[in-house]
Amino acid sequence: MASKPAILNLSAFTEGLARVGEFGSFVGDFFKRFWRPPFEWKEVWRQMDEVGVKSFLLTAVTGLAIGVVLAMQSRGTLARFGAEAVLPKMLALSLVKEIGPVFTSLVLAGRVGAGIGAEIGSMRVTEQIDALEVGSLKPYNYLVITRVIACVVMFPILTVWADAIGLFGGFMESYIVGNVDYRVFFASAFDSLTFPDIIVDTGKTAIFGFIVASVSSFLGYTVRGGTREVGQAAMQSVVTSILLILVADVIVVAVSLALFAPD
Amino acid sequence: MEAARSDETLRPATADGHAGPAWPLGKPWPEAQPLGSGPPPDDIMIEFRDLYKSFGEKHILRGVTMAIPKGVSTVIMGGSGTGKSVTIKHVVGLLKADQGEVWVHGENVDELSKDGLDQLRLKIGFLFQSGALFDSMTVYEQMDFVLKRHTDLDADGRKDRIMETLEWVNLPKTTSQYPSELSGGQRKRIGLARSIILQPDIMVYDEPTTGLDPISVRVVSNLINRLRDERGITSMTITHDLLCAEMISDHVFYLLDGVYAESGTLAEVAQSDKPEIREFFGDEYAMMFKTVRDGA
Repeated sequence: MASKPAILNLSAFTEGLARVGEFGSFVGDFFKRFWRPPFEWKEVWRQMDEVGVKSFLLTAVTGLAIGVVLAMQSRGTLARFGAEAVLPKMLALSLVKEIGPVFTSLVLAGRVGAGIGAEIGSMRVTEQIDALEVGSLKPYNYLVITRVIACVVMFPILTVWADAIGLFGGFMESYIVGNVDYRVFFASAFDSLTFPDIIVDTGKTAIFGFIVASVSSFLGYTVRGGTREVGQAAMQSVVTSILLILVADVIVVAVSLALFAPD
Repeated sequence: MEAARSDETLRPATADGHAGPAWPLGKPWPEAQPLGSGPPPDDIMIEFRDLYKSFGEKHILRGVTMAIPKGVSTVIMGGSGTGKSVTIKHVVGLLKADQGEVWVHGENVDELSKDGLDQLRLKIGFLFQSGALFDSMTVYEQMDFVLKRHTDLDADGRKDRIMETLEWVNLPKTTSQYPSELSGGQRKRIGLARSIILQPDIMVYDEPTTGLDPISVRVVSNLINRLRDERGITSMTITHDLLCAEMISDHVFYLLDGVYAESGTLAEVAQSDKPEIREFFGDEYAMMFKTVRDGA
């Protein structure tokens, strides 16, 4: 009896490894194919609308809530040290460097990841992907590459949008509570930001977008079964994307600190 | 009910020369060539040679061997899980054989490069069980998508081809509709229209009439017959639907336990001595054929 669970675990482990290998090959296909025709620009545009434009409200609300709450929470603590004046700087740094990019990406992983996993998964079980394949219509280019490009482009744009709304939320809180002038607030906020803060920390969301789109596409593309499995693929897309975003964030921050370490 | 035809060949060759010679009635059904013997003769469009396919521990195909001549409508029948869908997916390279060879249009499917397989697939139309229409596109868009990708036609040329094809399936007013707005029968006909828009030589039908009412079954079956008779298209159809099989079949293969257990006209297969096949058709059905034959 004792050996059975061990065998089962080993089998699950090898299956897991095989799945990781499959994912690696799936991602490798992206780099092999994305620069070769057919280029599905119309579908890329449609996906950018799906991923981006339709997420503007969600990311705006997220950014606004974060900005307001961060300002409210920090004000008391800063006031105790007589440092209320640094609130705009603190807000800008927190939002632009970490909270904005990560929160926005996590929220988008929920909305976009589940959508991609479910859509591609249902196309798989209803034989639409087979129909594309049989019609020599290159389903990988049409379904995967378009979504990855859309996410890589739109995640940073949505992050900048969420950061801006977050800063605006922080300013509104400061204006209502402390009657802070907008020129003072924004001058102080932007004064604290450097080139790497904006480029690297916003740019890392392109990596997060790649993760969300590739993981969700993979899980949808490889679904076998029926609607139950499609639901599972959508759920796994979100969970796996979130975990990988958090891991990737640690790595990107460590690398960026090594490359652009503050003096 | 007409189990066999009285004319000299299975059907007349088409006037435009698109069709190859049909298989003459008196001629014995062709045998598949042995493994490793190279391409089949020119008049054989599809050939399976000792085809094996397993999924894990499940052995689905255990040596399927059959030849399908040009211009003939072949029906594959059999109980659920006997490997019918698995067999036809090898024709278009959606599945790769574990062992054996699949020859289509004179080419060994498993040995083709990606580009070669894409080229071969353009000569084959595949109607999926559900129609497999693309949810995000209107009827017009999905047909235009195929034409844009694979032809040099300009917008007007594509429009003409699309309207001609939609009129052929008698659904010219559905251009702006999405699949979710179509009935089951309409979806099958649009799926059929999309699969013939590139004017293939071979059609593969995966349960084309499943879930349809008898009127729609006749409509779809007649379209399948017209494709064969007017365009000389070789077809391979999976169906459980006896009405459809009666209407479209020139030759029937019955799959049992991963090999074909019986082949012949529908009447011959329905009167098989094998209990599993008799059970599939029912004694009344076999008797009906016998009565018709004896009466004739």
